[in-house]
Amino acid sequence: MKQLFIFIRKEFYHVFRDKRTLLIMFGLPVVQIVLFGFALNNEVKNVELLIVDKAQDALSGQLTDKIRASAYFIVEEDPGMAYTAIEAKLKKGNTKSALIIPANFSDDLKHGGSAQVQIIADGSDPNVAKTIVNYLSRIIGDFQKQVFATPSIMPYTIVPEMRMLYNEEGNGSLNFIPGVMALILMIVCTALTSVSVVKEKEMGTMEVLLVSPFKPIMVLIAKAVPYLLLSIANFTLILLLTVFLLDIAIKGSILLLFLESTLFIITCLSLGLLISNVTASQQTALLICLMAMMLPTIIFTGFIMPLENMPKPFQVISNIVPSRWYFLIVKSVMLKGLGFQSVWKETLVLFGMAISLLFIALKNFKIRLQ
Amino acid sequence: MEKIAVSLNHITKTYDKGKVLAVDDVSLQVKQGELFGLIGPDGAGKTSIFRILTTLLLANGGTANVAGYDLVKDFREIRNRVGYMPGKFSLYQDLTIQENLDFFANVFGTSMAQNYELIQDIYDQIKPFKDRRAGKLSGGMKQKLALCCALIHKPEVLLLDEPTTGVDVVSRKEFWDMLKRLKQQGITILVSTPYMDEAKLCERIALMQQGRLMSVNTPDNIVKDFPAKLYAVKSKNVYALLIDLRQLAEVQSCYAFGEFLHVTLKSDKVDGEDWLRHVAERKGHEQVLVKLIEPSIEDSFIRLMNEEE
Amino acid sequence: MAEKVIICKDLTKQFGDFYAVNQISFEVAKGEIFGFLGANGAGKTTAMRILCGLSYPTSGEAIVAGFDVYRQQEDIKRHIGYMSQKFSLYENLTVLENIEFFGGVYGVSRKEIKERSDLLVKDLGLEREAKKLVSDLPLGWKQKLAFSTAIFHRPKIVFLDEPTGGVDPLTRRQFWDMIYEAASSGITVFVTTHYMDEAEYCDRVSVMVDGRVEALDTPNKLKETYGADDMDGVFYRLAMGAKRTGD
Repeated sequence: MKQLFIFIRKEFYHVFRDKRTLLIMFGLPVVQIVLFGFALNNEVKNVELLIVDKAQDALSGQLTDKIRASAYFIVEEDPGMAYTAIEAKLKKGNTKSALIIPANFSDDLKHGGSAQVQIIADGSDPNVAKTIVNYLSRIIGDFQKQVFATPSIMPYTIVPEMRMLYNEEGNGSLNFIPGVMALILMIVCTALTSVSVVKEKEMGTMEVLLVSPFKPIMVLIAKAVPYLLLSIANFTLILLLTVFLLDIAIKGSILLLFLESTLFIITCLSLGLLISNVTASQQTALLICLMAMMLPTIIFTGFIMPLENMPKPFQVISNIVPSRWYFLIVKSVMLKGLGFQSVWKETLVLFGMAISLLFIALKNFKIRLQ
Repeated sequence: MEKIAVSLNHITKTYDKGKVLAVDDVSLQVKQGELFGLIGPDGAGKTSIFRILTTLLLANGGTANVAGYDLVKDFREIRNRVGYMPGKFSLYQDLTIQENLDFFANVFGTSMAQNYELIQDIYDQIKPFKDRRAGKLSGGMKQKLALCCALIHKPEVLLLDEPTTGVDVVSRKEFWDMLKRLKQQGITILVSTPYMDEAKLCERIALMQQGRLMSVNTPDNIVKDFPAKLYAVKSKNVYALLIDLRQLAEVQSCYAFGEFLHVTLKSDKVDGEDWLRHVAERKGHEQVLVKLIEPSIEDSFIRLMNEEE
Repeated sequence: MAEKVIICKDLTKQFGDFYAVNQISFEVAKGEIFGFLGANGAGKTTAMRILCGLSYPTSGEAIVAGFDVYRQQEDIKRHIGYMSQKFSLYENLTVLENIEFFGGVYGVSRKEIKERSDLLVKDLGLEREAKKLVSDLPLGWKQKLAFSTAIFHRPKIVFLDEPTGGVDPLTRRQFWDMIYEAASSGITVFVTTHYMDEAEYCDRVSVMVDGRVEALDTPNKLKETYGADDMDGVFYRLAMGAKRTGD
């Protein structure tokens, strides 16, 4: 036991003396959280909107003000602009969208019972365009409710029913957090663990360790333990960033979250050890980690592209990606505040993966050279 | 009767599913307390033999014993009893001398204090730098540290794979002095080197080439076995002389050795020296010097290589 | 007086307050075999990098193949050949592909590459291996082939960085035969080695200690000056005085 302890202490020396490792370990989460949390937020904000109000009356003015008051648009008004000019403006990219209120807007609405407004959006970025149309429709819908205050006399209200395809729940950075957590843990655990083992192979120290009476299996355990602890520390850092930097509350049990994360970390560590068993150079190990771990995590976890929209074969493949299950668990526990009874299935899958990967990694560890 | 510390019987090792023959039917015995050298260039199969002896590789054929234990059956026993310095061994660059030593002592289930007298001699030389990281040490100091690490559990057999490769002359001399002192403490040492001039520092040597043993003997006997008279020849323009001599029908071999050419003749002549000088001068060479010399291990190695081909 | 192809004057390379190369001065004549010796960390590699146009000196002057090491690095590179023990050929290309590649890099015309490579393959006795991968060749042949590719474009100078490390004694000699041949055809050979007997094959030898050229002369004169029987003794005596150690 003392032997193991000294071995683990040595691993910590390695980590704390290597600025690069430290940077990956603790710089990466910060960068990722900030990146994904703020910049990659798929909410649409501050979109340029050109309002061409040909009616110029009280009602159209109210609608314009309402749109102006929302955080989504930067409004520019030009009542006299011709249709061709609007199109030119859109084409040049001088505005992202336009709302045209016809001259007989109020009359039509009050007397005819229905009025038309035209929404034009720059469809070259379809996601943004759809979102813009959606937001505007909602604002107009709200506006109708306000104008005709009592529900009984609302026979003509049109509530546009649109689905927000790419952000169905309508929340922005929220959904990214569990995904980023999975991504960071995946990178840190697999890459750093495998590299640290392979480095010993490269330096020739692994040969000496193998020739020593120290049990080969213990070498792996001694390698895994420090990275397990560091990864848990890392996870804590991510949680703190999430709560204090991104203002996202943890709704469920923190203990459960930690336990589930530890399970996921063990899965990743086993993967890292497995990779180190089959590679001989640090570059190869890193490349495998990036290509074989990071990409599937990004694609198949469902935090950037929803799995439901993927072709069937992809959905099937996603089932063998551990981070997909972890993502579901974190989403449920952290964001929805659900308890263990709602995530036990996912936990079981992850548990199964952890155990089998660990078994394969240990089984595969060569007590001799090839 | 002398005890045998390391013995290989018809050991064969292939790589790439038998395509590459690295060790070709090697049989060899190292006596207890002996300083034994495996001499040969890269690719001769030295490293494969070391890895087989340290149980890191399984041989494809043959059997071997280290410290009285069978390589396959008792590999754990062997791992307790050998000290090993791999060819590319470079220690933990980011740990200090002290930390490296403590770590390896721990891995071998011992402490520095326990076998201090064994490493003291070497350790004293690097002690002033014990808090310096291994990565910041010179080649010579790294080597001393690596040797300390290999010795820390008082092994019965010390296996050193090319410990002096890439190290400068001064450090190499110091290293061999250390090995001699270790030998006096009764440790069996098997060491490999590509430098022929280090061969004479071993008690017995095996000359290896392309996986095969060409000769196993004491350095003196290997030199004695050299079957022909060897002449050292030089003149003002050595390269021109080399070309001229090689063209002679009577000359069997002619190679550059330092400032001289080493020449053997197809049939030994009584007056070989005079004959060579005469021939050289007739070809117009100036300041011709010819002398009969003792062959070196390198001469023997080249000779054996040519015979094998 | 023979044409000078390398002229160094007070060449210095400083890293912080560490003088890797400290005011070295020497000249190398056309067709000369110049041995460049020194213990690990003496500054050999740094000096060689400057002369090959791979790094800038801190101060001092150097002209290599008629070009200035500060301003004409690209010209230098075009007129030298380089070979080291660590890297010289692409293992996963065939013998011919390697020759074609390196010939092409140095701007040898397609026609000439074809002619010369046929000749080269024949000279080396590699006819049967010409279409084989370099990784399948024995080390000795690789080194010989590497040297041939390094001088394929007929450079003025060829730099050899420990070209014979780990090679068997027979191949080592064959290699030196090739060096002699190159030198007699007018190519200047600048070579570092760990084998002291090889130092004897050089026309002149310089020994670097702690960043300075501590000795420079013919092997015989050096042995005389330092009262040593062989170059090993000369080197030992000089390197013993070194204060600096390191790789």
